[in-house]
Amino acid sequence: MSDDRNEEDADKPAPHFVSREPFDPDDDVALTPEQEKFYMASQWRLMWWKLRRHRVAVAAGIFLILLYLIAIFAEVVAPYELQHRDTRALFVPPQAIHLFHEGKFIGPFTYRYKSRFDLENAQWVHTPDTTKVDRIRFLCSGGYRGAEYEFWGLFKGNFHLFCPAGKRGTVFLLGTDRLGRDVFSRIVHGSRISLSIGLIGIVLSFVLGIAIGGVAGFYGGWVDNIIQRLIEVLKSFPRLPLWMALSAALPIKWPPIMIYFGITLILAFLDWPGLARAVRSKLLALREEDFAIAANLMGASTKRIIGRHLVPSFASHLIASASLAIPEMILGETALSFLGLGLRPPITSWGVLLNEAQNIQVVALYPWLMAPMIPVILTVLAFNFLGDGLRDAADPYT
Amino acid sequence: MFRYIAHRLLVMIPTLLAVSAIVFIIIQLPPGDYLETLIAEMQSRGEAVDLGQIEALRRAYGLDKPPIEQYFSWLFGLFQGDFGWSFEHNRPVSELIGERVLLTFIVTFSTILFIWVVSFAIGTYVATRQYSLADNVATFVGYLGLATPNFLLALILMYLANQWFDLSIGGIMDDKFRNQPWSFAKFGSVLQHLWIPVIVIGTSGTAGMIRRLRANLLDELQKQYVVTARAKGLHPRKVLWKYPLRVSLNPFIADIGSILPDVISGSAIVAVVLNLDITGRMLLDALRSQDMFLAGSFLMMLSLFVVIGTLLSDLALAALDPRIRFSGGATR
Repeated sequence: MSDDRNEEDADKPAPHFVSREPFDPDDDVALTPEQEKFYMASQWRLMWWKLRRHRVAVAAGIFLILLYLIAIFAEVVAPYELQHRDTRALFVPPQAIHLFHEGKFIGPFTYRYKSRFDLENAQWVHTPDTTKVDRIRFLCSGGYRGAEYEFWGLFKGNFHLFCPAGKRGTVFLLGTDRLGRDVFSRIVHGSRISLSIGLIGIVLSFVLGIAIGGVAGFYGGWVDNIIQRLIEVLKSFPRLPLWMALSAALPIKWPPIMIYFGITLILAFLDWPGLARAVRSKLLALREEDFAIAANLMGASTKRIIGRHLVPSFASHLIASASLAIPEMILGETALSFLGLGLRPPITSWGVLLNEAQNIQVVALYPWLMAPMIPVILTVLAFNFLGDGLRDAADPYT
Repeated sequence: MFRYIAHRLLVMIPTLLAVSAIVFIIIQLPPGDYLETLIAEMQSRGEAVDLGQIEALRRAYGLDKPPIEQYFSWLFGLFQGDFGWSFEHNRPVSELIGERVLLTFIVTFSTILFIWVVSFAIGTYVATRQYSLADNVATFVGYLGLATPNFLLALILMYLANQWFDLSIGGIMDDKFRNQPWSFAKFGSVLQHLWIPVIVIGTSGTAGMIRRLRANLLDELQKQYVVTARAKGLHPRKVLWKYPLRVSLNPFIADIGSILPDVISGSAIVAVVLNLDITGRMLLDALRSQDMFLAGSFLMMLSLFVVIGTLLSDLALAALDPRIRFSGGATR
C-alpha cells in the first residue's frame, strides 16, 4: 500500500514545496557583480566614478591637461622664440589663415604683409599682398629667424609644431606688439609662468593652511582662539590692495626669479586662511568620530591619528577647494602684473602681456593686444568647472 | 541682542588694532623711505643734496625714531583724524583722501545694491523655472561672469564703447567737477558715471549671488510644506513669497562679509583701468613711491570698510535669526 500512495503523491503537488537546489543562507543579501564592485570600491574610486559622470568637469579637466602640456612644451608649440623681434613687422594685425588661393586648395597658408609707414597718422599700415603665398609648414625645424630656442634653458633646438614658410614668410596668428614680437608665441611662452604660479602658490598655501589649521583644530583651546582671530584679521583685508602693497614692498634689485617666488609667496599669504579654517572645522568634527576615538584608545600617536585617519577623510574636500583657489591666484598674478606691480619683463606671463594693453588709446588702435585675456578667462573657467565637479564628487557616499 | 552687539563691538577693537599693526608693518617693509627715494631722484637730476635739510625733514616726520614709536604716533594720529603727511603731494593725507574715501563708499554701496537687486530678480526668476532656456543662459553667463576678472571686463567695455559709440566711458564725474566742492550738479554727474564701474565691479558678485539664491530657493521649493501649500490650492505667487523666498534670502545678508572685500578689491583695480578718482590710482602711485602715510591710510580705510560692513551684516543677521542672537558668540 505504501508504494501505491507514494506513486499517487508523485502526481499531485507536494503539500510543501522543497527546493532541491542547495540552500544558500546569504541569498537575499547577496550582491550582483556590479553592486559588489560598487561596495568594494575604495573611496577614491567612487569619487572617480562620480566625477566621470560630470561631463563638463571632465572636459574642463582634459582642457587643463592640454594647457599644462602646452606650457611644458611652450618652445615647441610657439613658432617664435620669446624675445624674437621682427623689426619690419611692428603692430602687425593678426594674419588670417587661408586654405584656397585663386580657387585652388593648397592647404593652410598666409598672404605676406606689405608694410609701409603712414607719415600722416604716424603709424604702420600692413596690407596683405594676395600674390605672395606663404604656406605654413608643420612639424618643421628652423629655416627662419626666431626659430632657435633653448628648451627650458637646457639644450638648444629649432623644432616647432608649425612654422612660417622660409625666411620671408610670417605666421602672426594674433598679430605683433610694438616691438614686432609675435603675440601668440608670447602667450604660449607666458602660459608657463601664469599656470605654474597657481600650482606653486597652492602648494605653499596648502602647507600653511593644513599645518596651521591642523594645529588649531587638533589642540583647540587658546591656540585655536589665537589662530582664529589671526584668520579673521587676515580675512578682513581686501585682497588686492594688500597684494599690491606687499608686492610693492619687494625690492626692485631682486633678480626676476626671486620676484617670481616672492609673488607666489604673497599670493599664498592671503589664501591660506580660508583653507586653514576649512581644515580646522573638519578636524573638529572628525576627531569626535568613533574611529578617531578608537585609534586614540588603541594608543596611536597624535601624528598617526592626524596623518593616517583624519587627513585622508577630508583630503578630497581639500583638493576640491584647491581647484577653486588656483584660478584666484592666477587672477591675482594677472592683476598685479597688469598694474605693473607683479612680475616684470623679461619674465613673461599673461598679466605682463596685458600690461601693454593698459592704455585705451593703444587698445583702440591695436585691439589684438588684448588677446592674452582669452587664455586667462578660459583657464579660470576650466578650473571653476573642474572644481565644481570635484566638489560634488568629494563626498561619494551621499 | 544688546549683549550680542556689545560683544561684537568689543571683538572689533582688537581686530582693528591688529589690522593697523599689519598695515604699518607692510608699509614699513620696503627698504629705505620716501626721503631716500627723494635723495636718489635729486642726485639723478644732478641737484645738490643738502643732507642737513634731509636730516631735518626726517626728524620733522619722525622717521628717525624706532618703528614701534612711529607706529604708536601714527595710531594716535588716526584716532584724532590726523592721517599723517603725504610726502609726494606735500599735503596732509586727510585732505587728499577725504573725497576719494567718500567716492569709494558711494561706489561700494551702489555696487552692493546692484548685486542685491539684480541677483534677486534673476535668481528668483531662474529658480522658479529650473532647466528652462532662461535658466541655462543665466547659468552660462554666470560662469562667464565669475571667470572674467573685472579689470578685463572694464577694458573690454572701454574698447567696445570706443569702437561702437566713439565714447569715452572713463572717469567718475565730468572733468569740470574735479577738485570742486560738492554740489547737486556734481553729485548728478557722479550718478551719471556711476553705472559703468558698478556693473563692472558687481558682475562677479552678482553671478555668485544668483547661484547661491538659485540653489537655496530650489532646495526650499522641494520641501514638503511647499508641496502641501500647493496641494491645498494656495496661489503660486503666495507659495513662493510667503516662506521659501524669505528663507533663501539669508545669503543676501550673511554673504556681505565675504562679498565686500571682493567689491573693494575690485574697485581698487577697476579704478586704475577706468581712471576713476577713487582709491585705485592714488594708492598705486603711493605704493610705488613709498609715500607710506598715504598708502597706509588708504589700506586702513579700505580695511575699515570691510570690518564695519561685516559687523553690520552680522548684526542684521542676528536681528533676523534668533539662534545667532541668543548663542551670543560665533556667528558662522
